[in-house]
Amino acid sequence: MIELEGLTKYYGDTLAVDHLTFTVRPGMVTGFLGPNGAGKSTTMRMMLDLDHPTEGTVRIDGKHYRQLNDPLTYIGALLDAKAVHGGRSAVNHLLCLAQSNGIPRERVGEVLDTVGLTSVADKRSKGFSLGMSQRLGIAAALLGDPKILLFDEPVNGLDPEGIHWIRNLMKNLAAQGRTVFVSSHLMSEMALTAEHLVVIGQGRLMADMSMAEFIQQNSRSYVRMRSPEPERLLDVLHVEGIEAVAVGNGSLEIDGVPADELGGLAARHQLVLHELSPQRASLEEAFMRLTAESVEYHAHDGEPVAAYAGTQEPAPSGWGADWQKKGS
Amino acid sequence: MIEAVGLTKRYGAKTAVHNLSFQVRPGTVTGFLGPNGSGKSTTMRMILGLDAPTSGRATIGGRPFRQLPNAPRQVGALLDAKAVHGGRSARQHLLCLAQLSGIPARRVDEVLGVVGLQDVAKRRSKGFSLGMGQRLGIAAALLGDPQVLLFDEPVNGLDPEGILWVRNLMKQLAAEGRTVFVSSHLMSEMALTAEHLIVIGRGQLLADMSVKDFISANSADFARVRTPDGEPEQREKLTSTLGEAGGQVVAEKDGALRVTGLPLPRISDLAHEADVRLWELSPHQASLEEAYMQLTQGAVDYRSTIDQRAGLQEAPAGYGMPGGAPQGYAGQGYPPGMPGQGQPNPYAPQDPYAQQAPPAAAPGQGYPPPAQGQPYGAPHPYGQQPQAPAQTAPAPQPAPIEDAR
Amino acid sequence: MAEVPRVLRSEWTKIKSVRSTMWTLGTAVLVTIALGMLICTLVRVDFGSKSINQQITFDPTNVSFTGMTLGQLAMIVFGVLVVANEYSSGMIRTSLAAVPQRATFLFCKLLVATALVLVVGLVTSFAAFFAGQAVLGEHRAYLSDPGVLRAVIGGGLYMTLIALFSMAVASMLRSAMLSLGVLMPFFFLISSILGNVSATRKLGRYLPDQAGQKIMQVIAPVNDPVPYGPWGGLAIMMGWTAVALAGGFLVLKKRDA
Repeated sequence: MIELEGLTKYYGDTLAVDHLTFTVRPGMVTGFLGPNGAGKSTTMRMMLDLDHPTEGTVRIDGKHYRQLNDPLTYIGALLDAKAVHGGRSAVNHLLCLAQSNGIPRERVGEVLDTVGLTSVADKRSKGFSLGMSQRLGIAAALLGDPKILLFDEPVNGLDPEGIHWIRNLMKNLAAQGRTVFVSSHLMSEMALTAEHLVVIGQGRLMADMSMAEFIQQNSRSYVRMRSPEPERLLDVLHVEGIEAVAVGNGSLEIDGVPADELGGLAARHQLVLHELSPQRASLEEAFMRLTAESVEYHAHDGEPVAAYAGTQEPAPSGWGADWQKKGS
Repeated sequence: MIEAVGLTKRYGAKTAVHNLSFQVRPGTVTGFLGPNGSGKSTTMRMILGLDAPTSGRATIGGRPFRQLPNAPRQVGALLDAKAVHGGRSARQHLLCLAQLSGIPARRVDEVLGVVGLQDVAKRRSKGFSLGMGQRLGIAAALLGDPQVLLFDEPVNGLDPEGILWVRNLMKQLAAEGRTVFVSSHLMSEMALTAEHLIVIGRGQLLADMSVKDFISANSADFARVRTPDGEPEQREKLTSTLGEAGGQVVAEKDGALRVTGLPLPRISDLAHEADVRLWELSPHQASLEEAYMQLTQGAVDYRSTIDQRAGLQEAPAGYGMPGGAPQGYAGQGYPPGMPGQGQPNPYAPQDPYAQQAPPAAAPGQGYPPPAQGQPYGAPHPYGQQPQAPAQTAPAPQPAPIEDAR
Repeated sequence: MAEVPRVLRSEWTKIKSVRSTMWTLGTAVLVTIALGMLICTLVRVDFGSKSINQQITFDPTNVSFTGMTLGQLAMIVFGVLVVANEYSSGMIRTSLAAVPQRATFLFCKLLVATALVLVVGLVTSFAAFFAGQAVLGEHRAYLSDPGVLRAVIGGGLYMTLIALFSMAVASMLRSAMLSLGVLMPFFFLISSILGNVSATRKLGRYLPDQAGQKIMQVIAPVNDPVPYGPWGGLAIMMGWTAVALAGGFLVLKKRDA
């Protein structure tokens, strides 16, 4: 369990983290989301006592990080995969960490095996690809078999197979009752991994709720129905006072009525349904809606972010039309 | 149009790319997928004339890259966002590139605006975050307003807003009739961006088809069916009815049923005949990731095989946790039966992957995680039990969305 | 508290698992001995042409340590890299997450590195002495001569303190480039300029290297009244090191990693 209370960090006059209070609970994967510059990394560094908070506290199972005996056996973190001395071999990197926390040498071989780096254990990490460095960082996080794990962008540089692996690793760690706190920019990945979300924007807490709640609160959800007897279905819904929108190919979209109720209704009227599917927006849509105002270095030009991206590009007329012809 | 014909590259005795032939057509975003070490980067480098093929050829608009007149105006590429002189400002960097190929300076400011770096244009790129570096790289690719664009992992380091922007940008570029060739490891992102896929493994072509065909060819679509929650007998009845009719039925965590091999109307009819009420009946397309995993199973590189191991089974005897940490945990509100208690893991059965794990090794003496059925989740038999719902699948109609719980 | 023996073991693993340790210390040993022997050879050949005064004040012990002026640069590089590599690689964050007690972390690191340098320094000092004296032949000094053993042990201590001082400076500046950029000109240029210009000579005497080198002298040069003795000089050097260490510790303690 990680508890943050009024956590605040100024860099000079810049407020990076603004009175954050939340708790990361064991037994599930908690996603940590926010646009670039929202203060995610600073917050994670303060959790590990690497940066000193200007105000407020972080407690790990009730204790300050510095009060932990052998901290790697409490909390394992992957912050920056490249934060390794490139001249040291993978096995020696892990060994010096293990020794500092009284973890036996055998454990180093185990975690190398877990992340699949056994065959390059004696190679210097200088030559590692980003994906391999990432695996080494994950090995370091697992080293002390900690009850709490922090991962900052864990899938960076991994290939699809590696992404799949780390996703299941995190879920399994959580299923074993551990606290797993993951930051990521990949919404689709988060949607598959996290159960709970903490969202920050400009250093402030914007949401702290379950994934399902978050999506529901920040986007439209509806039920799609299809029937071989669309007219009768419409009639039935109409009689019940339920509003339905026809969207072509025989589908109806119904807002605000749960799918089970609609299923029961169809059954009572002996209506054959070919589809009855609750639709929810993606995490990405929900996230975009929530953070639209707090995106750091785009917001101040006043344009809606997504809109300008698609429309301005590319090659507006007026430049280079002269050479365009020559070029092609 | 990018074309590879019999493209082969050997580094010494190692064949990185073997007899690769494909075409990347204009007007669509073509995704380029493959495990690490499959030869993607080598292929892209050969297309851009950075590496010379051992045999075969790669051409752009019919000519090898090196023979293109004024290549920067025809081809734009983002290969490595860090390939920038850190001491130069973003604007100067682009200006150098522009001057090399006679592009007016005005265009530099335009592309800086397009990628959203206008406010930091004068800053030295040394201080750029990975995401800003990526934007600068994209600006450089767009500089010559080229008809052919190559992007290697374009969303690396970008935040969700940036990811969305890049996705829309690529679609837009393709819609304008350009050739857009994108490599990425992020299947969910590819599913949303690309229309066509080229998949390679161990340097050889594994697939060259539309995303839709690719998913259908490599995985099974399924239906999600839910019966009223409080009536398990209804669920059992439906399970056996569907089974008799030739469908495969798998129970999901939340009580729903996953049915393969029967079309939706047939499921509806069968439920009707069996007098079972349905609370949900929704079509799902498998995800691109599942399809990809199925296809590349045999072609992942050396690290993956090691990953498949069951992790840290062989706990060294006598590895007791020092400092009394685990005892502390057990006493602090963790659910009973957590690691270190020597009890079966109550969570394990809920994990579809865990069920397929080899039988748990003998409980480690005193070292908690190995004793748990599936400590670090290493095994992942792709495709055997598709888990991810169709959230990311590019269905013709908006894909049914479901959060993963 | 993280247990000190564990952290010491960990730091020992760190030091021995990078190649730069071997390279820098090996260079220090070789350069000090080889250059010392070279100078001793030249001095021996040249001895007859020296004035009587110079012959009387000839200090064979000190001459065999001449190689240290160059060898100490490798020691400085070692000291800087031991500390600054943690920062340049980003390893410092991993290290501090493992050992959040920053005092324990820093002083264990410095202790291990200093112990290693002390052993290497003493070996170098004795080797340079014996090799140098062997070359000097009839002009040689013996370990049993008054003050010689002190000078030879002092040579090892001097090298150790130079490395420790460099580590302390690197922990203040947190960058290898910056630290070397400060230390190299300091010991190579500024110190000798201040020490050789008569106006600043009195000041120059209190710089760490000049004060510290006093311990390697057995026979004091004429016309150079120095206000401190050999151990006094070493004490001045230790004072500099202590101040730098305090600075380095404060920086680590106060600043974000």
